[in-house]
Amino acid sequence: MSALTATKALAKRMPTPGRGATVGFWAAVVFLAALVLAALLPGLFTAADPVRTDIGAALLAPSPAHPFGTDQAGRDVFARVLYGSRYSLMIGFGATLIALVAGLMIGAIAGLSRRVGDGVLSRAIEIIMAFPEFLLALIVIAIIGPGETSLLVAVAIAVVPAYARVARVQTLVVKRAGYVEAARTLGVSPVLTVLRHIVPHTIGPLLVMATMGVGTAITAAAGLSFLGLGPKPPTPEWGLILSDGRNFLATAWWIAVFPGLVITATVVSTSTIGRHLRLRGAGRGAGATHRAGRRP
Amino acid sequence: MTGGAVTGGAVGQNRPVSRLVGRLGGMVLVVWGAATVGFFALRLIPGDPVTVLVGLGSVSEQVREQIRADWGLADPLAVQYLFYLGRLVRGDLGTSYRMQQPVADLIGQQLAPTLQLMGLAMVFAVLLALAAALFGRGRRSTPFVGLLELVAVSAPTFWIGLVLITVFGFGLGWFPVVASGGFGALVLPAITLAIPTAGILGQVLRQGLDAAAILPFVDTVRARGASHTRLVLRHTLRHAAANSVTLTGYIAGSLLGGSVLVETVFARPGLGRVALNAITDRDIPVVLGIIVLAAVLFSVINLIVDLVADRLDPRMATAEAYS
Repeated sequence: MSALTATKALAKRMPTPGRGATVGFWAAVVFLAALVLAALLPGLFTAADPVRTDIGAALLAPSPAHPFGTDQAGRDVFARVLYGSRYSLMIGFGATLIALVAGLMIGAIAGLSRRVGDGVLSRAIEIIMAFPEFLLALIVIAIIGPGETSLLVAVAIAVVPAYARVARVQTLVVKRAGYVEAARTLGVSPVLTVLRHIVPHTIGPLLVMATMGVGTAITAAAGLSFLGLGPKPPTPEWGLILSDGRNFLATAWWIAVFPGLVITATVVSTSTIGRHLRLRGAGRGAGATHRAGRRP
Repeated sequence: MTGGAVTGGAVGQNRPVSRLVGRLGGMVLVVWGAATVGFFALRLIPGDPVTVLVGLGSVSEQVREQIRADWGLADPLAVQYLFYLGRLVRGDLGTSYRMQQPVADLIGQQLAPTLQLMGLAMVFAVLLALAAALFGRGRRSTPFVGLLELVAVSAPTFWIGLVLITVFGFGLGWFPVVASGGFGALVLPAITLAIPTAGILGQVLRQGLDAAAILPFVDTVRARGASHTRLVLRHTLRHAAANSVTLTGYIAGSLLGGSVLVETVFARPGLGRVALNAITDRDIPVVLGIIVLAAVLFSVINLIVDLVADRLDPRMATAEAYS
């Protein structure tokens, strides 16, 4: 139902990683590492200023001086994309982290509650998941108003239910495990039981989801700011750059095409890494289920 | 459905009829929940609805009071909520603050362009997915098709649209660049919307085909002398399709969500534009109307999907617990 669930379904598809898959994994890691570095220290990769306008150099085609060309105000598109990675990565990682923690908590609470509590929470999750994530994010923005922080919050809220659902199922599986029963019998407090014994076993699949979720979050945030609901121009943000480029498709295709390529490469990278982690972690997750199942 | 009857759900849904009633009850609950959460959440919006109502012009406090009374905004929240629910049950979605027009009419007028877009996108998505699945199934080309699908799923919808406009609109001049109302103008937006969906559907179909290819019934069909084409088209594809049906809800959702972006990219009229304008203008009744419409739409789709999935594959009824 959600993009995450679908990505998850896709992830199952990949056969055992061959050499191609490993090369892909490392390529993805290198690309993302470079991107994170660019977000932290964009000056390392370009000397150009992402916001200073230079009308004399407007709409220049890509060249060694301007690898991605320049936009209508003569700003270097490559520099704007590099500086923009800061916003996109921050929103992508930030929203995913919030969603992960909130989902883990809600899922654990639902999984550990008695029938009524679990029923209410599960129903609520189901109701929210009836909406596509992008529409949910739009609705959240309608409530809290546009802006940079709103983007982060909206994207996070939109994906929380997906995490909560997986966390709930994982919690249901683990809570019957012998060691949880033992902890309870020994008088370990419920809070400690959750944090020390249940969360470590539910977090694995969620981390894999989160890895792939970073890409989804980045696309969603770029989409929202493309619609004008995020940061204001001339902020070098990926969605905004694309929105600029939309007006110059006939004369300056590079303004829109290159930033989009970078977004696509980022999402492909997070998905590739997520799939890889899923394959590597599959044994572990299955182990937890197995242990839980063996001791009724 | 008989499969569902025998094995049933966990909580006493032992008959198809009671199962259906349970589902319908769930549907009402979902729509009510969405309307309620939407109603109260949208009241949290900072700012005075009256300001939205009067637009930019300044009015005296007396006029403001009058407007508040006319629109029922002066009543206690609980009263407003009950009135809202009462109208909702009768199919009245309220009146737009900005357009001063019934929300139901506003949505109704823009429903057609969006449904056309979604419908054609769905057709394209299924065709593309079938092509990808049939070509990429269990062959050496799998990694290539897999990468193609990954890119299709990962690329932002609005960017795909921009690239298609650049290449096929401005570059080759095959399709009109602006919405002209003709079929030609619908092609690029529909393809844009279809590509991510096709990526997901294609991958699930291909997975299903490969999974079905090693099942015992394949040997039976082969032993009867059926050709390979017949085997795939008549038997394993059907198997794979049964799995994909459960994705319909997700697909409809992503198409509706994506249509907001696609309509903006191609400057097309439609529900997405209505929603976006309502959000930027803070036109609460319209936003709420779209929330309710989406809830109804997805509940109905999910209901149909569940029923169809049970029909196509009785095991679905039992597999539900794992989904």
